[in-house]
Amino acid sequence: MTTATTPSYEDAIARFQPVIGLETHVELGTRTKMFCGCATGFGADPNTQVCPVCLGLPGALPVANEAAIEATIRIGLALNCRIATWCRFARKNYFYPDMPKNFQTSQYDEPLCEDGWLDVDVDGETVRIEIERVHLEEDTGKSLHVGGATGRIQGATESLVDYNRAGIPLVEIVTKPVPGTGAKAPEVARAYVTELREVIRSLNVSDVRMEQGSMRCDVNTSLNRPGEEWGTRTETKNVNSLRSVERSVRSEIQRQAGLLEAGERILQETRHFHEDTGKTTAGRSKETATDYRYFPEPDLTPMAPDVEWVAELKAALPELPRVRRRRLQEAWGLSEHDMASVLNADAVDVIEETIRAGAKPDAARKWWMGELSRRANESEVGLTDLGITPQQVAELQALVDAGTLNDKLARQVIDGVLAGEGAPEEVAKARGLAIVSDTGALTKAVDEAIAANPDVAEKVRGGTHAAAGVLIGAVMKATKGQADAKSVRQLILERLS
Amino acid sequence: MTAISRDEVAHLAHLARLDVTEAELDRFAQQLDVILQSVQRIGEVAAEDIPPTSHAVPLTNVYRADEPAPSLPRDAALAGAPDVAEDRFRVPRILGEED
Repeated sequence: MTTATTPSYEDAIARFQPVIGLETHVELGTRTKMFCGCATGFGADPNTQVCPVCLGLPGALPVANEAAIEATIRIGLALNCRIATWCRFARKNYFYPDMPKNFQTSQYDEPLCEDGWLDVDVDGETVRIEIERVHLEEDTGKSLHVGGATGRIQGATESLVDYNRAGIPLVEIVTKPVPGTGAKAPEVARAYVTELREVIRSLNVSDVRMEQGSMRCDVNTSLNRPGEEWGTRTETKNVNSLRSVERSVRSEIQRQAGLLEAGERILQETRHFHEDTGKTTAGRSKETATDYRYFPEPDLTPMAPDVEWVAELKAALPELPRVRRRRLQEAWGLSEHDMASVLNADAVDVIEETIRAGAKPDAARKWWMGELSRRANESEVGLTDLGITPQQVAELQALVDAGTLNDKLARQVIDGVLAGEGAPEEVAKARGLAIVSDTGALTKAVDEAIAANPDVAEKVRGGTHAAAGVLIGAVMKATKGQADAKSVRQLILERLS
Repeated sequence: MTAISRDEVAHLAHLARLDVTEAELDRFAQQLDVILQSVQRIGEVAAEDIPPTSHAVPLTNVYRADEPAPSLPRDAALAGAPDVAEDRFRVPRILGEED
């Protein structure tokens, strides 16, 4: 039994250097599975999206989904990988009920994409994460462990398996070991997964939703003392949120440091991350690669991506997120900090579209980061689900620019748009919201305000212009906020000069 | 020199989840040895310039379009299951794999 105590993160990192590595699985958003025509929709009734191929019934013949191969190559290209000119699928043999075939069709020593990199930003510094490989395989079924008191696999006596997910195309992206990140290792791990998710999202090949399991992460961690060789690594599974990626590296560094300080050895094993405790516990000791008895898949032909086709795919890649962020930050004239806020608010796309619809960058950002973010937070929805489109925000701003609305009225127009009353112009018309530009009406309101506040009027007349605020307030009240405060002020000063 | 040891056969039997008796281990080890030695003779005639064959037919890039096809009705899908509960395949929990 262990006698090790767990040191603080600062103590652990003062004595040891971490090396991390990440294996990320991404479920592709193809309409059909990897080797058969079964649908891939999330949340279908159990075992309604299965057929002889994905159930591994005798005599079934798999045929690879071309869209999945194309998506994998595009991911490889976006990660600066070399694309194989010839490679094969391989059978990974193991007995576990999540694969009814008793093997998983994967790739072994001939991945579709190899030797790439992805630059990520951590605290204003660029860290280049090298990519070992990107390969294509199939997802497994989902097990429900029952019979025990806890509902978890511990204590369960049987498993109920749904094979709807079995056979969905799964891309595995493996980094090379990442040394030299020191105390920042947890942040680097998180930044990498975040950037990878953005890249894949920009390619439109997966919805990359970690909470739904369409993106999953295994995190490898090892420690060594400065000057010594890399230590034995553990692989932490079940890391299903960006925050967990960071926490799992941190807690694993602390755990391993405690063991090493106590003179114990690190076992090469799979560990499980628990969201509730933020700690990892031991899982099964890993089967070695030879135990999987990989061999080339005889039922599928080798893949030999045409060089010209790959060049076309490369030329057609979209602008990558990091490049786009830099470009927009410059175009919008934002500081690193302001850009980071926009990214955190997930507001890049809506701001960009609002600008495209005619608004100036400052105005577009002001609405989305201010009033609209506040309302989205209040109703706990994302900006895109708020109920107002970028085009409508641009239309609203155009009304402000034209002098038809002030900010206060614009906010009332937003109320109307969010309540489903139509586009900004319709709402303004229907609710009678517009700045009173009729000088006759304004002059009348101003005169009334002056008559009602003779003391204040006297002060303004005496040169105390700051006192005019009281009169402006009175006029705004009288016009129900539909006057332009600047014009009102001007009018008052003219009358009292 | 044997091509495969008794221990290796026992290990493979375990990986394949086959329950093999001690007597069977002796017999299978001998039989597999003969088979492997016979297959190894191919290496004597295969020249350096002949790559290993994994596929009998020289085809590449046989793909299908990403078009949905009907799945099995659930009853048919579950017909071969050892047991069924809650519309799922019911199997014994695998010990020592994930706990």
